[in-house]
Formats: sequence, C-alpha cells, structure tokens
Amino acid sequence: MASLREIKGRISSTKKTSQITKAMQMVSASKLSRAEENARSFVPYMEKIQEVVASVANGASDASHPMLKQRPVKKTGYIIITSDRGLAGAYNSNVIRKLNRDIQSRHQSKDEYGIIAIGRVGRDFFVSRGMNVVLDIVGVNDHPSFVEINAITKQAVGMFEDGTYDELFIYYTHYVSAIQHEVISQKVLPLNDIAPAGKHLSYEFEPSVEEILDVLLPQYAESIIFGSLLDSKASEHSSRMTAMKNATDNASELINSLTLTFNRARQAAITQEITEIVGGAAALE
Amino acid sequence: MKTVNVSIVTPDGPVYNSEVEMVSTKAMSGELGILPGHVPMVAPLAIGAVRLQKDGNTDLVAVSGGFLEVRPDKVTILAQTAEKANEIDIDRAIEAKKRAEERLNQHNQSHVDFKRAELALRRAMNRLNVAQFK
Repeated sequence: MASLREIKGRISSTKKTSQITKAMQMVSASKLSRAEENARSFVPYMEKIQEVVASVANGASDASHPMLKQRPVKKTGYIIITSDRGLAGAYNSNVIRKLNRDIQSRHQSKDEYGIIAIGRVGRDFFVSRGMNVVLDIVGVNDHPSFVEINAITKQAVGMFEDGTYDELFIYYTHYVSAIQHEVISQKVLPLNDIAPAGKHLSYEFEPSVEEILDVLLPQYAESIIFGSLLDSKASEHSSRMTAMKNATDNASELINSLTLTFNRARQAAITQEITEIVGGAAALE
Repeated sequence: MKTVNVSIVTPDGPVYNSEVEMVSTKAMSGELGILPGHVPMVAPLAIGAVRLQKDGNTDLVAVSGGFLEVRPDKVTILAQTAEKANEIDIDRAIEAKKRAEERLNQHNQSHVDFKRAELALRRAMNRLNVAQFK
C-alpha cells in the first residue's frame, strides 16, 4: 500500500485539477448561453434571406447567375469549422473524422480539393497530414459578429466565383441541444437546390434581376457560412461544458476513493503502532 | 393613415420593427420612397440612411450592404449592418473616418485597397450623418 504522504499528495493534486475543470465548466456554461442567444438572433435573418432568395430565384424563371449553375467539378472546396482549443470532448474529432473520410473516398490526389480551415485544431490536423489546406483562420472570437468574419466568408465565396473551386461544402457541428450535437456536411455553392417558395409573388426588380442576384447570392452564401459558425460555437461550448463536467465528476469520485484508502492506511498505521507498544511492554514484564 | 410594417434585420439580430407611414431610402438605382400598398419589389441598397416616417416623426437607421424586399403590407430590409441613430458609436465612426482618409491619401496602393478604403469612408460618413439626427 502506498505511503500516507503519497496518498495525501494525490488527493491534493486531484482536488486542484477538479477546481480547474469546475471553473472551465462554469466559463463554458456562461459562454454557451451567449452563443445560444447569438445563434437564435441570427435565425430571423436567415429565414428571411432564404425566403427572398427562393422567391427571387423561382419568380424570375429566366434568372441565370454563375452561382446558381452546376459546372463540371474539377476541384472541390471544403470549409471545416473546429475550435481553437481542445478539452472539448469529441467535438473536434467528430467533424474532422467525417471530412477526412469524405476526402479520402472522393479524391485521389491533392489537386482535386482544397481545405479552408476555421479553427486551430482542424488546421493542425490537416496540415500535419500534408493535406491541401489553402486558407486557415484561427483566433475567431467566441461571439463573432458578422462584420468580423466578413473577410473570411468573402474570401471563401470569392474562390468559387473566380473558379478556384467548382463546388463548396461546409462541415460543421450542429447544435441540437446541450447534450446532443450532429456533424453536418452541407453544400454551400452552387446554389442549385433552393427550396421553392411557399407562395408565389411576382416581384418587380429594381434595376434588374441580374444585379439583384449579384448582391443577393453572395450575401446568402456568406450567411450560410456565418450561421454554421454560430451553430458550431454553441456546440463547442456545450461540448466543453459536458467534458469538463465529466472531468469534475470523475475527479470527485477519485478523491472519495483516495480518501477512503488514506483513512484505511492511517488506521492500519495506528493499529500497528499500538500492537508494537503492547508487544514491547509485554516483552519487558 | 395607412401604415406598413417595416423590419430591419441583420445577422446579429433584428434592429427595428414597427408600423410606419412611409419608408424612404437610397437604393443602388436611386432614391426610393415606399408607401403602404406598394407593388412587390426587390432592390439592392446603397450605403445610406433609411428614413422611417411615423406620426410626424422621422426615425433614421444607418444601413450598409444589403437589400430591400417590399410586399404590399410589409417591408423587410436585410442588411449586413444597421444601427439606429441613438445606437451609433460616434467615436468609433470618427476613428474609422480618419483611418479611411489616411489610407486614401496614400498614393502608392492597389486598386482593391483604394476601393475598400473608399467604402469604409462612406460607411463612416453615413454613420456620422445619421447620428446627428438623434
């Protein structure tokens, strides 16, 4: 059995660890509620823009725009959203695994795809495997505003427009509830499967359909990316919260069992001491 | 007086939602005035102020990057940023204006940077203009 000192040391170090994990859990919990709120306040914008895009694209049947057209695919772009820091349970590994598997099964060589990595963990994974990471963005704010990430989304959408990629997918983690997340792969561009609008309104276009699509479609694609980022942030914080909660629970369990061992060892030492004294006294008689 | 429901939505959340008598704003193709019962229409917006008339008062909202969707009973403005006159951070706008002006005064720069600085300047001026009316 380990010595009393050793057990005592382990108890105190486990206690300190659990204090840290407890603190991280609480930080994540408060970040989660903000992230959830951000994601929620984005919903009306997304719904509205979807509605308008659908009615414009369907209402103007002669509408043609490079972003609406499927072209032969020579190169595919993948956006992957991960976190900058670890300790978030399986949050990062799930989405990375899915993208990695898809790339391995779809592409033979590095020239057929490019990865746009948002978040340090994803970037490091793909860079260290020598995969084609064309663009990486790290240090995204925990509560990103649209203006902040505008540069990222513009670049990603721009790469489709200038023909670097012929299609663009996004991989992210959808926040279902605090304990349930889902890895989603979604096609961002081209926008050739827009859901039909509920009611048909014939719009007047000022100045012309083409010019409106020029403004509307990039904004729509950018919104999809921004929305996924908000969704992922909420998932990240909730995974980290769950992971830290488990760690804290495990630590307190460990502390309990160590305390029990400590008490037993102490009791054994006392008993032994008494036995020795009694034995010594008996020998003197 | 007949009114029309106006909502201004940005990716960071709804900014404005109210019944108004008239909306006037600057679209890419020129000034637009919208009264209740307008024909359904979609138009991209220029960087500028949206003026919302209600009970003899006019509310101003600074808008940049977006478009306007009109239905007979509802006007929706989807913008990348939108701020009401009393929510504008004047100090920040002044700073942004200065920075943009400095960048415009440097001659040795690419076309793209010039364009970007020009847009930034226009956004800052728009905010300052709107902020005067609070």
